[in-house]
Amino acid sequence: MTLLARGTAAPARRPSPGSPARTGARRRAPAHALLSKTVVNGLLALAACYTLLPVSWLLIAATKNHRDLFATSGFAFGDVDLVANLRHLFAFDDGIYLRWLGNSVLYSVVGSAASSLICVATGYAFDKYDFKGKEKLFALVLGGVLVPSTVIQLPMYLLATKAGVVDTYWALLLPALVNPFGVYLARVFSEGYVPDEVLEAARVDGAGELRTFARIGLPMLAPGFMTIFLFSFTASWNNFFGALVMLNDDRLYPVNLGLFMWNSVTQQQPEYYALVITGSLVAVLPLIAVFVCLQRFWRSGLTAGAVK
Amino acid sequence: MATPSARTAGPPAGHAAPAGPGRSAAGEPTGGVRPGRGRRRAAALLITPFFVLFGAVMVAPIGYALWMSLFRERSSGLGFGGTRRVFAGLGNYTTALSDAGFRASFAHIALYCLLYIPVMIGGSLALALLVDSALARARRFFQLALFLPHAIPGLIASIIWIYLYTPGLSPVLDWIQAAGGSWDFYANDHVLLSMINLSAWQWTGYNMVIFYAALQAVPREVIEAAVVDGAGALRTALRIKIPMIASAIVMTVLFTCVGAIQIFTEPKVLNQRGAPSIDTEWSPTLFIWKAGFVQHDYGLAAAASLMLAALGIALSFVVTRLGNRWKAAV
Repeated sequence: MTLLARGTAAPARRPSPGSPARTGARRRAPAHALLSKTVVNGLLALAACYTLLPVSWLLIAATKNHRDLFATSGFAFGDVDLVANLRHLFAFDDGIYLRWLGNSVLYSVVGSAASSLICVATGYAFDKYDFKGKEKLFALVLGGVLVPSTVIQLPMYLLATKAGVVDTYWALLLPALVNPFGVYLARVFSEGYVPDEVLEAARVDGAGELRTFARIGLPMLAPGFMTIFLFSFTASWNNFFGALVMLNDDRLYPVNLGLFMWNSVTQQQPEYYALVITGSLVAVLPLIAVFVCLQRFWRSGLTAGAVK
Repeated sequence: MATPSARTAGPPAGHAAPAGPGRSAAGEPTGGVRPGRGRRRAAALLITPFFVLFGAVMVAPIGYALWMSLFRERSSGLGFGGTRRVFAGLGNYTTALSDAGFRASFAHIALYCLLYIPVMIGGSLALALLVDSALARARRFFQLALFLPHAIPGLIASIIWIYLYTPGLSPVLDWIQAAGGSWDFYANDHVLLSMINLSAWQWTGYNMVIFYAALQAVPREVIEAAVVDGAGALRTALRIKIPMIASAIVMTVLFTCVGAIQIFTEPKVLNQRGAPSIDTEWSPTLFIWKAGFVQHDYGLAAAASLMLAALGIALSFVVTRLGNRWKAAV
């Protein structure tokens, strides 16, 4: 019961020490309290300015044409040319940018959905079943968490060359499917979200094991699935090194590798600046939107799981 | 009973629940169905996809790297006949270790970690405590605003900051100039700070959310008891709250270390920009990239990779050890 109250009303859970309701607490002088409140919120506002600065600059810079980009101050608007910039971006090089965006979605969304499903199945099996060598296998998974990912890129590249998957979509999709940390999380989630009694009841009713997983375990693990999905999604959307290693054909690039290539010529050809800036904005805005939405889901998912 | 473990099981607090796995209640004797072959088959089916892929993209590459690190490519004859592979024993390892660039790259990341990790972890801890304090307003907004950089891919973040470091484009430099100062973000003495700023911007908010989630799981009674005892907010934070989220802190430091020693994108972009002191082998990963993909010296690159991996594993042990000692002491 207390858990329920805490889970649903987390932010308000702690009465402020200065509130009149609290008799046991030491009271502060009001002036002092006001000062501390200003300091706390002032510091937080300062930190928020710092985190928001680059993105707001990007937003403004994307509206400028090439001349104003350098002629006007960073946070001042010049002629608002956002539409022209966008048109240029999407038309440039036969619309290669849109293709990159699509590739990123493929690598991140499809890859992470599949990877999260694999993680949840594995974590669930580790939690709910006993089998030979279970803890040894799990230790192997945990070891995988600690292996620096950049370390295996070179041998993976050479193996992929032999297997003929270098410079194909599989070169980025296959590695994205393996997420040892996700398996660890899935096991923890399975312990928390899926009571053994429910599975027993399903078994008594005669449901097969896989059916029980698909019909009962998986839905109960939905919040965990979303969390793991978010983790692998950001990891693969961030995966720059892997893309740089595995891909030559620019039609297979994810958006970040494409922007890197454009950025590499800005110093010789400054007109690429506008492309990189507008391209970065277009790549980032949907991410922020998705993140805000998913984060809410993620949070409520956690709370719901806690109450169950 | 399932509830408390779920509360600590958040993605963030998943870190805070090291006690989780290993204590599973699986396979308890149950009434009704005989826990026989069906379950073993189901378990095998559920874990097979993961382990097949795990073998293909983790175990096999590591094994291959081990094998490759023992050989050296020699061009045969006058360079017409291609190359042949000769056994080199530990030769690649000694070559890497005696390479001044490789050694320097470790010195670079050591300095980088020494500055970056305390600043970033300290900053996110302080922010988490501020958001958690009873005085904070607009908690949701602050959490979201501070978390926002995590939604931005590292490469794009690096590019944006590079532009913010570039004279002519940067409003920051305009402000500094307007205030009568001057600053060169790429100067040899400043570029490390520029890089740390880049990383800290990306990770502070993320870790703040982890710490905040862990703080939310601290039992309310404990905090109240401290307040009743007359502890002020600062004292409660330092003496009660931080020790209570020790596991989350240790886990975060661990992941930060493993990530920081692999740093690639930030120095790569700074190097592309022509920052004079960031060369093409500034960090170990850049060195590996250059050895493998520019010079095609796969043996050397593999040996260097494995040494970096060994450093990562050693660091994990040290952090876990120190962390356990700290957790036992508080």
